[in-house]
Amino acid sequence: MDVDLWLPRLLALAWLTPLASFAVILFFGPRLGRSGRYAAQLATVAVGLSCLLSFAALGIWLLHYPLSAAHGAHEPAAQRALCGEWYLLCAFGKLRFVISYYIDALTLAMFCMVTLVALCIHVYSWGYMAEELQEVTDALAPLSDGQPLRRKGRYCRFFQWLSLFCFSMLGLVVAGNLAMVFVFWELVGICSYLLIGFWYERRSAAYAASKAFIVNRVGDCGMLVGLMILLSGLGTLSFGVYYIRDEQGRSVLQAGIFSQVRPARSDFQLQVPDGLVRMSAWREVLKILGAHGGNTAAAEKVISEKLPDWRKSGYGYGLLLLAGLGVFCGCVGKSAQFPLHVWLPDAMEGPTPVSALIHAATMVAAGVYLVGRFYPAFTPEVLLIIAVVGCVTLLLAGTIALTATDIKRVLAYSTVSQLGFMMLALGLGGWLAGVFHLLTHAFFKALLFLCAGSVIHACGVNEMPCFGGLRRKMPITAWTMLIGCLAITGAGIPTLIGLSGFYSKDLILSQGFSFWSANPGLGGWFFFGALLGACLTACYMFRLWYLTFSGTPRDAHIYQHAHESPRVMSVPLVVLALLAATVGWKAPGTDWSLRTLLEQACPPGVEKGLSHGWYWPAVTLPAEKPAHEYYTAVIVEWSAFLVALIGFLAATVIYGMRKLDPAVIRRYFAPLYSLFWHKWWFDELYGLLFVRPVLKLSLLAAAIDRHVWDRLADGSARAVAALARFDDYFDRRLVDGAVNLLARWTQASAYRLRRLQTGNLHSYILWLAAGLIGLFVLLTLYWNYTMAGI
Amino acid sequence: MNIFASPVGMVHYLMVGAVLFVCGIACMATKRNILGVLMGIELVLNGANLNFVAFSAKALVKESTMGIGLEGTVIALFVIALAAAEAAVALAIALSFYHTHATVDVDRGQELKG
Repeated sequence: MDVDLWLPRLLALAWLTPLASFAVILFFGPRLGRSGRYAAQLATVAVGLSCLLSFAALGIWLLHYPLSAAHGAHEPAAQRALCGEWYLLCAFGKLRFVISYYIDALTLAMFCMVTLVALCIHVYSWGYMAEELQEVTDALAPLSDGQPLRRKGRYCRFFQWLSLFCFSMLGLVVAGNLAMVFVFWELVGICSYLLIGFWYERRSAAYAASKAFIVNRVGDCGMLVGLMILLSGLGTLSFGVYYIRDEQGRSVLQAGIFSQVRPARSDFQLQVPDGLVRMSAWREVLKILGAHGGNTAAAEKVISEKLPDWRKSGYGYGLLLLAGLGVFCGCVGKSAQFPLHVWLPDAMEGPTPVSALIHAATMVAAGVYLVGRFYPAFTPEVLLIIAVVGCVTLLLAGTIALTATDIKRVLAYSTVSQLGFMMLALGLGGWLAGVFHLLTHAFFKALLFLCAGSVIHACGVNEMPCFGGLRRKMPITAWTMLIGCLAITGAGIPTLIGLSGFYSKDLILSQGFSFWSANPGLGGWFFFGALLGACLTACYMFRLWYLTFSGTPRDAHIYQHAHESPRVMSVPLVVLALLAATVGWKAPGTDWSLRTLLEQACPPGVEKGLSHGWYWPAVTLPAEKPAHEYYTAVIVEWSAFLVALIGFLAATVIYGMRKLDPAVIRRYFAPLYSLFWHKWWFDELYGLLFVRPVLKLSLLAAAIDRHVWDRLADGSARAVAALARFDDYFDRRLVDGAVNLLARWTQASAYRLRRLQTGNLHSYILWLAAGLIGLFVLLTLYWNYTMAGI
Repeated sequence: MNIFASPVGMVHYLMVGAVLFVCGIACMATKRNILGVLMGIELVLNGANLNFVAFSAKALVKESTMGIGLEGTVIALFVIALAAAEAAVALAIALSFYHTHATVDVDRGQELKG
């Protein structure tokens, strides 16, 4: 089988199936069964089909590029990634906008993960969204008269947006150029907007949806800057290199970003591309062009000879850095990293399956995925900034999660924290660690969210202080959630075996450790930050579990009404729990695993590490291989195990065994508690810095509108009205008057003349005679022969 | 010129025609009986006829390529036929008038005045 031909076709089919389901539900949704109940089945079948196709594609890939532990380091990039075009949108000279693909092991792993998680969430949503089938009474969206809102159910609309969401995410993953990535990036954003605001009658949901959308726009602004730099410097946004046919049917090489940033002839080491050097040295280029007059060929020769010198003196490096920062800026918004993390916890206003989808497979995964995909083009400075942002984010979110009481918000902050872990790993040079954690996190975070949804479904509230002791009422949810908690904590026996989070988190920590070894001193902060984050993770996850499932019921009413969720919701939980436990394991009998699959996708040159940035030459990003060596692994895994144990024990002592009263601890650390409880005052800070000034400015603009522009518009309207009134007067008085006058005169003379017709025959004859006589008189007086023409 | 002394010519015919015409007019103007009015009409028509015939005298008619010199006489014949037809219609009107008004006084019929 021709892999170059069939793999893109399979993936295109897997990608477009959810779109087809979206279109069908969009146009025929309410007609699919009673109140659209078959929309759910349709969307599920579609995503299930694309899941099957993705796994088939993965199988074909593995047949052609078998995994091996030593694989990858010495093979050229072209053999491990399929690039090409599906459809040409438009071409302007050499600039082409295309629907293209870039398929490597990472793409396939993401495809399988996204479709599998989405499939579980779809099935789960059948049960969770069932109440949308009937008319819904929404007490959280009161009308102006205080009555709860009553509206039609929106069952099929929910699945419609889910399908579009899957399509957008798959498009983003398979995209072969940054322009296409950006399009699907925005599509993912709009889908999340629509789903977060699914209950848009609720004020908080509408607010959260707008917030998510606007905060993401801030990041996208930076991303556009990065895209523009790359497009103007390199003339292409394509990731990979492939051959295309031009108008004459010749084969032409389509340039790619990666081959210019890390050319094969310099052994895939990062170097500033010619285009950016030239763009940066425009003064020198102009000088040379001027010196050669009209002879451009000679001038080009001189320029190309000078390019290496310019590169050595630092031209273009700033542009490359800025482009990387710009792209990362977009990822900061999408993946809810430190300055722009505020939208994600508010996104909890959406239905829980949506939260699961956003947090696990689609929206926030997109940011980390793009950092992973675009990784070869990041300079050491950008990577260090990524690491700092990730480290700050993971600690910030971890501390907030310690105090949050809304079950979904705890999970939301844990997502932010885990995303921080991924960014930290990527920033420290651990490409594999970051991407691996992205994939394992997807499974256990989806599991955790669906479990939380199950609890919310049973109890009707989100607040953990209302739960307690639910283990006895809903055992499946409790035990699957425990597996999820253990997985996210990274539980396992060091150096031997563990749940999926164990493998990925240890990779991250060992990368942090080897960064510390490579950069003694300040470099250690990242490692200790990550350790602290791991400790916090264990603490808040088990706090959540204890508060919800163990102890005695704190709200008897809610406890009495709680029940285990129906089969359609608990089966996805069990499936996801199995996946969350095992996805990090090796396939039995081989050394194939998710990790070796991703190792194969590692961009060439990246595995050697990175150092000697232009601005901070002292920083060295260590290669990933030494980080995984045995002695490092032992130290790191044991320390990770210990800190997680500390976090777990703290949670157990306080919330599980109730040896310490949380209220007492809260009083001891009152200022700190207040800081965490108010989410480090970020919402208030942004409110003060951005929201209020913008509101003030818009009030000012509104006032100017009302008092200046409206006045002008009103004045011109009034002038036109006056003119029209004058015109009307003219018409009525002059034109109509003349016509009426004529008519009235005619009428008056007719009235006068009618008196002649007396009906008296004699008078007629007298008139006749008189007329005759008059005629005779006239003839006698004035008639002559010349008048008759004789 | 004394017309009574001169031989009968054009002027005499015209004089008779004029007298007939004026008598007819006077009859129409004075008679209240509808039949009298009709008679006046006959007189007017015949006065006019006399003029036609007089003007068609050989001496007055110019040599022409079109006509045969009988135009005036023929018109007089037409007028006689017309007068007969008109008399028939007018008598029918008179009868009808009598039926509706029980009189033949034209002054009594003023329904169509303006």
